[in-house]
Amino acid sequence: MRIACPHCGLRGVDEFAYFGDASVTRPAADAAETAFADYVYLRDNPAGAHRELWSHALGCQSWLVVTRDTRSHAIETVEAARDVALARTSEAQS
Amino acid sequence: MSQSHRLPQGGLIDRAKPVSFAFDGKRLDGYAGDTLASALVANGVKLVARSFKYHRPRGILTAGFEEPNALVELRSGARREPNVRATTAELFEGLEARSQNRWPSLAFDLMAVNQLASPAFVAGFYYKTFMWPAALWEKLYEPLIRRAAGLGRAADAADPDSYEKATAYCDVLVIGAGPAGLAAALAAGRSGARVILADDDFLMGGRLNAQRFEIDGNSSSSFASSIVAELRSLPEVTLLPRTTITGVHDGGVYGALERVSDHLATPAPHQPRQRFWRIVAKRAVLATGAIERPIPFGNNDLPGVMLAGAVSAYLNRFGAAPGKRAVVYANNDDAAKTVGDLVAAGCEVAAVIDARGDAPALHEAARACGATLVFGRTVARAYGFQEVSGVEVSGPKGDSFNVPCDLVAVSGGWSPAIQLTNHLNGRPKWDERLAAFLPGVTPPGMIVVGSANGEYGLRDAFVTGARAGAEAADSCGFSGPGFQTPRLLPEPEEAYGDGPWRPTIKRGKAFVDFQNDVTVADVELSAREGFRSVEHLKRYTTLGMATDQGKTSNVIGLALMAEITGKSIPDTGVTMNRPPYTPVAIGALGGAHRHKEFKPTRLPPSHFWAEEQGAVFVETGQWMRAAYFPRTGETDWLQIATREINTVRSKVGVYDASTLGKIDIQGPDAATLLDKVYVNAFASLGVGKARYGLMLREDGMAMDDGTTTRLGENHYYMTTTTANAAGVMRHLEFCKQWLWPELDVHMTSVTDQWAQYAIAGPRSRDVVAALVDDGFDVSNEALPYMGATELTVCGGVKARLFRLSFSGELAYELAVPARYGDAMIRAIVKAGEPFGICPYGAEALAIMRIEKGHAAGPELNGMTTGADLGMGRMMSKKKDFIGRAMAGREGLADSARPVLVGFRPVDRSARLRSGAHFLPKGAGNEAANDEGYMTSTAYSPSNGHWIGLGFLSRGSERMGEIVRAYDPVRAGDIEVEVVSPVFVDPEGARLRA
Repeated sequence: MRIACPHCGLRGVDEFAYFGDASVTRPAADAAETAFADYVYLRDNPAGAHRELWSHALGCQSWLVVTRDTRSHAIETVEAARDVALARTSEAQS
Repeated sequence: MSQSHRLPQGGLIDRAKPVSFAFDGKRLDGYAGDTLASALVANGVKLVARSFKYHRPRGILTAGFEEPNALVELRSGARREPNVRATTAELFEGLEARSQNRWPSLAFDLMAVNQLASPAFVAGFYYKTFMWPAALWEKLYEPLIRRAAGLGRAADAADPDSYEKATAYCDVLVIGAGPAGLAAALAAGRSGARVILADDDFLMGGRLNAQRFEIDGNSSSSFASSIVAELRSLPEVTLLPRTTITGVHDGGVYGALERVSDHLATPAPHQPRQRFWRIVAKRAVLATGAIERPIPFGNNDLPGVMLAGAVSAYLNRFGAAPGKRAVVYANNDDAAKTVGDLVAAGCEVAAVIDARGDAPALHEAARACGATLVFGRTVARAYGFQEVSGVEVSGPKGDSFNVPCDLVAVSGGWSPAIQLTNHLNGRPKWDERLAAFLPGVTPPGMIVVGSANGEYGLRDAFVTGARAGAEAADSCGFSGPGFQTPRLLPEPEEAYGDGPWRPTIKRGKAFVDFQNDVTVADVELSAREGFRSVEHLKRYTTLGMATDQGKTSNVIGLALMAEITGKSIPDTGVTMNRPPYTPVAIGALGGAHRHKEFKPTRLPPSHFWAEEQGAVFVETGQWMRAAYFPRTGETDWLQIATREINTVRSKVGVYDASTLGKIDIQGPDAATLLDKVYVNAFASLGVGKARYGLMLREDGMAMDDGTTTRLGENHYYMTTTTANAAGVMRHLEFCKQWLWPELDVHMTSVTDQWAQYAIAGPRSRDVVAALVDDGFDVSNEALPYMGATELTVCGGVKARLFRLSFSGELAYELAVPARYGDAMIRAIVKAGEPFGICPYGAEALAIMRIEKGHAAGPELNGMTTGADLGMGRMMSKKKDFIGRAMAGREGLADSARPVLVGFRPVDRSARLRSGAHFLPKGAGNEAANDEGYMTSTAYSPSNGHWIGLGFLSRGSERMGEIVRAYDPVRAGDIEVEVVSPVFVDPEGARLRA
């Protein structure tokens, strides 16, 4: 598999480290314990598009949000995680 | 009988270059351009192997990588290589080959008595025969079976050759260099696209070399060589002969094994034996051709029974006759080519047996050469002692007659070599007309052409190959003149029959899978016993599970099962293929990454100095650390570590702490980030102060610890444990980029930028004072415990000085830029000489940290919380931090959880062991009574007895209690007293001195 890092271009998967589901969001500090339990442990296992976090660990150290089809490993988009996170924050504020 | 079966002329061998080789110690001759198999054929050697299970005599079945029978050992000594297919091994001068799986010799194999016991070795015998008594399995059955049913022997010594890995990028990868592949490569190559053409053979051309066609008025082999010559002249085209594409992976990545030096006695200087390629291709053209199938009949494994296409290949390409009087047995028209080849080579064709009814093409060929023509009948069996001497042909009414011969050329039709199209889960589809599986869904970017796509005609191969090559190049932005199909003679339409999948009368074993000795009867038995799904069939009979992965047998097994169960072949199923396409040596996959090259070795700055001191080193992850520094007369590591500890505790010692992870953190939000990743506060830390910090995972478990120093308002310097350095760095980036992207902070790993030495002991201040430049004050008042300052040492070298202590003594850590690291350690030792300094190693440090009760790797084991580690009160209630919420959940906050305490043996002479479990006195040795476990133990020189750290339920409330440290694995069961985990200077007076 190859991942198109937004900073480094198309690179072999062995440069990247997989982290997990990018669709879960860390709860606010005052959230209930159950919200944190869900955040830490509960994951969907979709057959199809999956947004997930990867780190370009042997490259630029960027965290990435990769949208990958779990059935075919076809990668739809690769975004810088920070951009996704900032967009999420500004959405929440507006 | 030197080359008794070599034809007087013809073939693509170099008759000017004779090559001598040995088979089972017997010296034989061949020519350059031969394979081991073709040279054996030329020498009239038919018996080349014994079968896996029954030790039946076996010959050469094929002329390619699909060979199931002719596996041999090549070379000798450390280069001995088992299970090499003689059909792909190139002949070289002095090659030594030996048959395998026989004793005492190939012709007289005592283990062939297995055949007498063959009822015991039928399908599923593993599951049935040796079920009872189970105790005998490991000791008796398995060793016995392993000895009798085996393949070759691996070399006894380490492989002296090297292997390497390489990566290549191209626009178009063409897999296979037969007519379709050559056309595709040329059509793409002429456009200027970057093309790689890979073929497993050493001579490109495929069937253009193995068969005889007239192309543009010339021979097909000379046409092939002209195409290869043009390809070689194109600057963007790379030819990879002797290279098998072994796997198709996601994203246009292909694995390929190049046998760089397998055709040489030893690799040329600086050349690897094999090279494993990762080829990244935008488009691929699959032109792998087709693999011929045998037809099951009795004794169809006798040497002298050979696939018809292979017979043609030995005649045409190698000028070697596999026999002098042949019977051709086929169910398709293609075998007519073999009939013609045999006649052209001067061999007698005794009979042509067509299992079908009226099929004109094959009959024409038979009539043309005057062979007996038989149709609508099948071969019941072959007969002969160790090699075929005739066949028995049976008719529909049970009548039969014999035809004497020394060669049976068999063709049960062709299976397109679609294996690579399965690798990304594309299921093949059954084609009734061809009686074969064709590619179904193909991998993205791949086009399948020629015989691999069921288009068997030569013209079809050229046309589909050329079209695919041009299309592939075009989609990469290249266009060119393409490849024009040359002038060919008209080809007749060929018809293919399905079956017979088994003989009509049963005479002897009829093999489906030659390599794993699976017979028609085994498949029938599997069906009778209910193992009818193709996956069950495979596992119950081992059909298709040998190193050839059923290339010649899978379709027959499947079709047979369909016939037995009365289902269609598509309804019966399909066996999917996975990488690798052909066997790949693990050494090739590993490449240069073996032994010390498996991962980088990191040397701390004092390494070469430590070597000079005679240090003994220990590997810690990637790091080489000095374990201890022996002095004259010292032999035992504990004796040495004890001396080092005593020196530190009474005078002063120096230790290279550079392996700790070091992270420079800067920015207005640096403090905010640290407050989020550590359980304790760092925003409140004053400039010039250091603080111990504990990090949790989000699930509440301890992740890492270390000290972080505030060097400036917005500038921190973090240390991590050696093992977790990279993980913590990634964690910080995760927090910064994903969790809190609004933070204005930057991190850089500076582990390799700073050499950092711990100078520890009551005289450490004297040593440090001697090193720092004039004007810097290192007194207790100016630099108290947990203080930090930037200064210069040794006449202007920039340095950082931290008042930190891991040993528990008055101690400093002195950091200088890494390039000064070697000079610094020498300067420290010199400055320390008047105070009795000694270097100490990782062993002494490990003991001293246990003496001080500091948690390390065994305690930060992923199962312990901050509270378990005795740091519950450190966890801030005023801020959010990673792991806070989950650390508070009921199970982790349970006061009965085991917590970190110290232990000492009641009998002070007793030894403690890590891993022992704690049981209350008087309780039974049951898991229900388990109260925790010992994590770290050491002989403490400072206490004069063994000490331990461990986790004990409610341990902090049980000081002075006696519990059992129970260690059934090592027969340990001793009483220990629960004590404080701090065994030396519990008040911390020394480190504040």
